[in-house]
Amino acid sequence: MNSKSKGNGIKWLATIGFAFVSLIALFPIIGLLISSFRPSSDLMRDGISFSIDLTKLNFDNYAYIFQEASQYWSWYGNSLIISGMTIILSLFFSSMVGYALAVYEFKGRNLFFVLVLLILMIPFEILMLPLYQLMVSAQIVDTYFAVVLPLIVAPVAVFFFRQFALGLPKELMDAARIDGSTEYGIFFRIMLPLMGPSLAAMAILQGLASWNNFLWPLLVLRSNSMFTLPIGLATLLTPYGNNYDILIAGSVLTIIPIIILFIFFQRYFVAGLTSGGVKG
Amino acid sequence: MSSNLSESKVSTDLNKKPFKEPNKFFKFLNSKKVVPYIFVFPFIISFLILTLYPAVRGIIMSFQSILPGQVQFIGLDNYSRVANANFFKALSNTSIYVLLTVLILTIVPMLLAILLDSKYLKFKTFFRASLFIPALTSTIVGGMIFRLMFSETDSSVANQIVSLLGADSVDWRYQAWSAMFLMVILGSWRWIGVNLLYFLAQLQSIPAELYEAADIDGASGFQKMRFITIPHLKPIIIFVSTITIINGFRMFEESFVFWETSSPGNIGLTVVGYIYQQGIGQNDMGFGSAIGVVLMLIIFVISIIYLILTGTFKRGDE
Repeated sequence: MNSKSKGNGIKWLATIGFAFVSLIALFPIIGLLISSFRPSSDLMRDGISFSIDLTKLNFDNYAYIFQEASQYWSWYGNSLIISGMTIILSLFFSSMVGYALAVYEFKGRNLFFVLVLLILMIPFEILMLPLYQLMVSAQIVDTYFAVVLPLIVAPVAVFFFRQFALGLPKELMDAARIDGSTEYGIFFRIMLPLMGPSLAAMAILQGLASWNNFLWPLLVLRSNSMFTLPIGLATLLTPYGNNYDILIAGSVLTIIPIIILFIFFQRYFVAGLTSGGVKG
Repeated sequence: MSSNLSESKVSTDLNKKPFKEPNKFFKFLNSKKVVPYIFVFPFIISFLILTLYPAVRGIIMSFQSILPGQVQFIGLDNYSRVANANFFKALSNTSIYVLLTVLILTIVPMLLAILLDSKYLKFKTFFRASLFIPALTSTIVGGMIFRLMFSETDSSVANQIVSLLGADSVDWRYQAWSAMFLMVILGSWRWIGVNLLYFLAQLQSIPAELYEAADIDGASGFQKMRFITIPHLKPIIIFVSTITIINGFRMFEESFVFWETSSPGNIGLTVVGYIYQQGIGQNDMGFGSAIGVVLMLIIFVISIIYLILTGTFKRGDE
């Protein structure tokens, strides 16, 4: 009895301590949310502040975005299209490659796997200048395709899918072959559905990477109407700009789709990471 | 691929070796020798075009002077220019950033994950989600929030806290120490939740029997952590810290969002920022490429030394 109440004491102490850590983590987001209802004059004078005049809070910043900022919505659309393309294409191709590296014995299999790991080590930033030149000479600069292309076969995802596919039951493959299924049928109809949790985990990570991608789109996108959200928002962050009203409400709206994606897939997320077994 | 799918009904079992083959070409495409290569084909293409080509091209460019319409080889001139004060400033900024973030982003998420995995905590799902949510924001959005929180005015959150502690308001974006602080805290804030998930995933794979056996032997909580938890976390500690080192050397956005490409006295200049500034801003792609090659060598050397020191190569793969 006595020891149980002592255990409860520790439990509450730890919980309160952790609540404090969570508050620190969430504070910037909460600050952003509250500040998005503040008049821009206050924002510019104080930044995000403890001293908030509650009577001054209003929806003007959002009203402005919904009525006037047509540019903002074209950035939004671009980001949605690019992230959607990235998720679909990268899950399709990366799962195919990872699966093949895990289940088939073939010449060069180890070489390919080493190459995947090698690419993980090469920072993209080092390849970006020649790659940018390549896009220029292929005349695809300023298109969605140019943004998505480098993300299609994501080495992280290939590595992750391989780890996951190593655990798939191989007996199913043999059973399907006896039933007359082709190798492609086995992958698309049997194995891919079994990889569900890992696909969900990667959908979140790839979606996140694409939605928040900055440097590469900054290079290959040129016209304002093609900008993605991070670039568009960054252009509002100029030293002379006083666009904090659009910026802050626009930022809140930016986080929404990614939170929806996260809520939608989150119960698979940790499960997917666990069963994938990230073995360093 | 979809046409292959529809044909799957016609194909016959390979092991039975039928006398009549319905379609030789398709049978070839479906043979176990060819199939893996078709699956890996996208990777081969993307490796050749998106990695090998730009890597080789980048190395060639680093020996060239590249002006519109005239490209010429200039030997090691670009490399001799790399050794300048701005580059060393960028390199020292980046190195300090790497050191600080590796410490913070390995130790803090590990301790939080151990606590989250323990029986001493309520509301675990909420805590896990709240720490992960910062990762959902982009560096640009996060950076803008931090600019507003750490604005120079006396009334900003950061300066209000500072004044509570009895100090004067800080010009956060214009001093060397606080500039580094801003970049580190923004990067750490966004990444702690992600690394926390990696640690959690690994913690949940530790067999419960080990702890039960330790309990029977009368081990203390500290001993269980020292002899069971930490050793089992070692692979993930290596994974997380290696990724953090590599990402740290690639850091660009945390600096860009605070100062764009020019910070006072280069207090926020990073190596990748320098590549961007020279290669794109000044249109000096040869010089930019040379900086890139130097950065790549630095990352390779440090990663390999780190992986050897931590004994990763000794274990052998799989």
